[in-house]
Amino acid sequence: MDGSIPTPGKTARPGGLSRRRFVLTALTATGGLAIGFGSKHALAASVRNTPWTDHQTLPSDLDSWIAIEPDDTVLIRYARSEMGQGSMTALPMMINEELQADWAKVRVEYASANRSYREHNVYGDMSSVGSHSVRDSHAKMQQVGASARVRLVQAAATRWGVKPEECVADKSVVTHVPTKRSFRYGELAADAARIKLDKEPALKTQAQYTFIGSEVKRLDVPYKVDGSAQYAMDTKLPGMVFAAIAACPVRGGKLKAVDEAPLAGDPNIVKIVKLPNALAVVAKGTYWRAKQALAKLHPEWDTGAAGATDTALFNKEYRGELDKVGAIARNDGDIDKVIPAAARQMQAVYEVPYLAHATMEPMNATIWIQGDRLDAWVGSQAANRAHAMAAKVSGLKPENVYIHNTYVGGGFGRKSTSDEIAQAILIAKALGSTPIHSAPVKMIWTREEDMRQDHYRPQGACSFTAGLDASGMPQGWRIHTAIGSIMRSLGMSKVPNGIEPLAVEGLEDNPYQIPATRVECSLKNTHIEVGFWRSVGASQNAFFIESFMDEMAAAGGHDPYQFRRQLLKGNKEWLAVLDKAAEKGDWGKPLAPGKARGIAIHMCYNTIAAEVVEITMDTARGTFSVDRVTVAVDPGHVVNALGVKEQMEGGVIFALSAALYGKITVKNGVVEQGNFDSYRMVRYAQAPKIDVYMVPSNGKRWGGCGEPGAAPLTPALCNAIFSATGKRIRSLPIMDHDLSASA
Amino acid sequence: MINITVNGKPEQIDIEPDTPLLWVIRDIVGLTGTKYGCGVSECGACTVHINGQPLRSCSVPIGHLDGASITTIEGLSNDRSHPVQQAWIEEDVPQCGWCQSGQIMATVAFLKQYPNPTNADINANLTNICRCGTYERMRRAVHRAAKAMKV
Repeated sequence: MDGSIPTPGKTARPGGLSRRRFVLTALTATGGLAIGFGSKHALAASVRNTPWTDHQTLPSDLDSWIAIEPDDTVLIRYARSEMGQGSMTALPMMINEELQADWAKVRVEYASANRSYREHNVYGDMSSVGSHSVRDSHAKMQQVGASARVRLVQAAATRWGVKPEECVADKSVVTHVPTKRSFRYGELAADAARIKLDKEPALKTQAQYTFIGSEVKRLDVPYKVDGSAQYAMDTKLPGMVFAAIAACPVRGGKLKAVDEAPLAGDPNIVKIVKLPNALAVVAKGTYWRAKQALAKLHPEWDTGAAGATDTALFNKEYRGELDKVGAIARNDGDIDKVIPAAARQMQAVYEVPYLAHATMEPMNATIWIQGDRLDAWVGSQAANRAHAMAAKVSGLKPENVYIHNTYVGGGFGRKSTSDEIAQAILIAKALGSTPIHSAPVKMIWTREEDMRQDHYRPQGACSFTAGLDASGMPQGWRIHTAIGSIMRSLGMSKVPNGIEPLAVEGLEDNPYQIPATRVECSLKNTHIEVGFWRSVGASQNAFFIESFMDEMAAAGGHDPYQFRRQLLKGNKEWLAVLDKAAEKGDWGKPLAPGKARGIAIHMCYNTIAAEVVEITMDTARGTFSVDRVTVAVDPGHVVNALGVKEQMEGGVIFALSAALYGKITVKNGVVEQGNFDSYRMVRYAQAPKIDVYMVPSNGKRWGGCGEPGAAPLTPALCNAIFSATGKRIRSLPIMDHDLSASA
Repeated sequence: MINITVNGKPEQIDIEPDTPLLWVIRDIVGLTGTKYGCGVSECGACTVHINGQPLRSCSVPIGHLDGASITTIEGLSNDRSHPVQQAWIEEDVPQCGWCQSGQIMATVAFLKQYPNPTNADINANLTNICRCGTYERMRRAVHRAAKAMKV
């Protein structure tokens, strides 16, 4: 690779792939929107530093997903978003398992939400949420690849006048086996594009995979070590102006009034934009000017009753919900009889705070409205939702709305709702009344705005009541969770039956064989908006249920690993994962003084993960280090083995930050934390060694990998702390607890 | 007018002197590899070298920098050949990638001071935040780069 930001001059390709709309090519001199493909000596497929498409149909299109150029270059459209989770590599791997192209000739770009709209939703759901890119795309991706290969083979067979069965396709060449004649894919693509198959070809079976399951380096990595990868905030356009914004610090509040006098006469200020619930300043030259100007204004807000709320109140309210009866999500056996009749009863209440996503790239969007056309440079986890939102908010026709999705600088669920895009569009529309009416505008949230206007992981509380028999084994348990409804908060559903699947996932479907189980759900929202946070329901439910499992094991004098084994009897897939974690995590082996281990297992987005956490505890001071985390994971199928490892590692660290430090608290209706000084993150010094072991079951189940690694970490860590200190952590974060022996 | 050089190229900057170097680099010089993460020197995503020292450019006003020589991620090499970049590729480090320019710039400076780093050296001196949690891979990449730089 040439290393510099690629320009068309250096890397122009013949045919359609080098074509880019005027907006894009006009700017290549500054490097901002340049295009260019991969490496000079490409050994692997590649992506561009500008991942977005030009939204057009190419003459070389085999179909909406694949274009093959005369020089054999294969362009694959990827209808998800790359935010570090690696599906921009994994999905093309699945296509190429069937396509059998030379991987070095594969290029990948984002599919177009605009094209999907124009072509009858051809790319379907384009979201990267719920760890579903691989698990919900595999059949489609493999089918797309297989269909293309079969059509290429048919095109060759027709030219030779032979039977397709006598031909094989491999490494971008179709060969007629008996005569050893061959055609390159590039020579066949135009014919293949015209072939309509009577029925879709059969897919390879697991045993026939030669590519899926291997370790492949992520295609986006090279652009992320030289600064050339383009994120939304990196957008540069001619005449672009900058916007800073502050929404009402109390969610739901309204802008009452603002004195604009402090900015009067400043030639660099383009516009003060008053939105119903936010104030923005648009400035020329630098974002800093807009930010500083906004700080000079002191808007008055109408905060309503929410302005009198705080975390102490919320804590009381969530605990109060647990005294009621919730909507019943599961009811096996008769807990009302079994628990009182048991030899021993136990109870515990767990609590979790709101959590912010704190993606490293704060929320931002660049909008350019030119007449009836809107172009948006965004980092969205759901380009098709962004497209629909942009059309709705702008009032422009969807076919005239172009979402140029970029590399996403951290998503974790935050960048799936497009609220920042709607704001930026309203600001861009407000520029219509200024002399620079059609200028592109880049709106950036400060870190503080990002942390205070999040859609947080819900706050909640969960109670357990259990009855154990004389041998300490549970005979019945009642699990009652009281938590914020994400669906109601985001306006996605009213959840009429009061049972939100996201609220009870991992509780309601827990596989432990306990004769009587009742799971209750009480949904309760405050004015704080809640949303999808990496691993969603599992982010709190794994902590709840796996900590209480540990409590029950301890109460009966059982080893926590063997206790779970007994309650998972016959459950081969769960046991395989649990056993692998225990084996590789040295469960039961002697420990040096001060060291302790904890174990937990959870299923999240169809993937089972178990973790053994090893810590060193200084009991006198109550401080500890997390030394080692052993992860065993069964995602059903492993597509990119390297990607699975990386996602488990990332999930562990993400959960560890939250377990150790994570809490968003509210005072007078306002989120108190604003930056990384008050919302701390794990750094090198706290990061454990992480070992990942994959035990794919290779059955019908396909699981996701972006989130499940986060789920078991918190309970496994808290269980290790219990093992070391005898102190049970029932509320997070851990830093709020005094773990010293004297406490 | 403030005179600086960025990656060896002279730049004349005409802007309010309180403007942080970060926004000068991004919005005026036009190099966007240097990232905004926190604005308060907490996360390190904006790390660049100022006269050879790794500093968090979000908190350095341009008015203090007349005559300074700045190196950004774009100036580290023109072909990703710097041993730290190579090590980052070998270990498949970046995930979302937003913090990685800063991580790499911090590491390059760190290895000049600690050519034979221990894990304790890394823990004490490399303090940039990676929200995707690539610390384990970065740690391996730091050691790999240290080795490569000795050859």
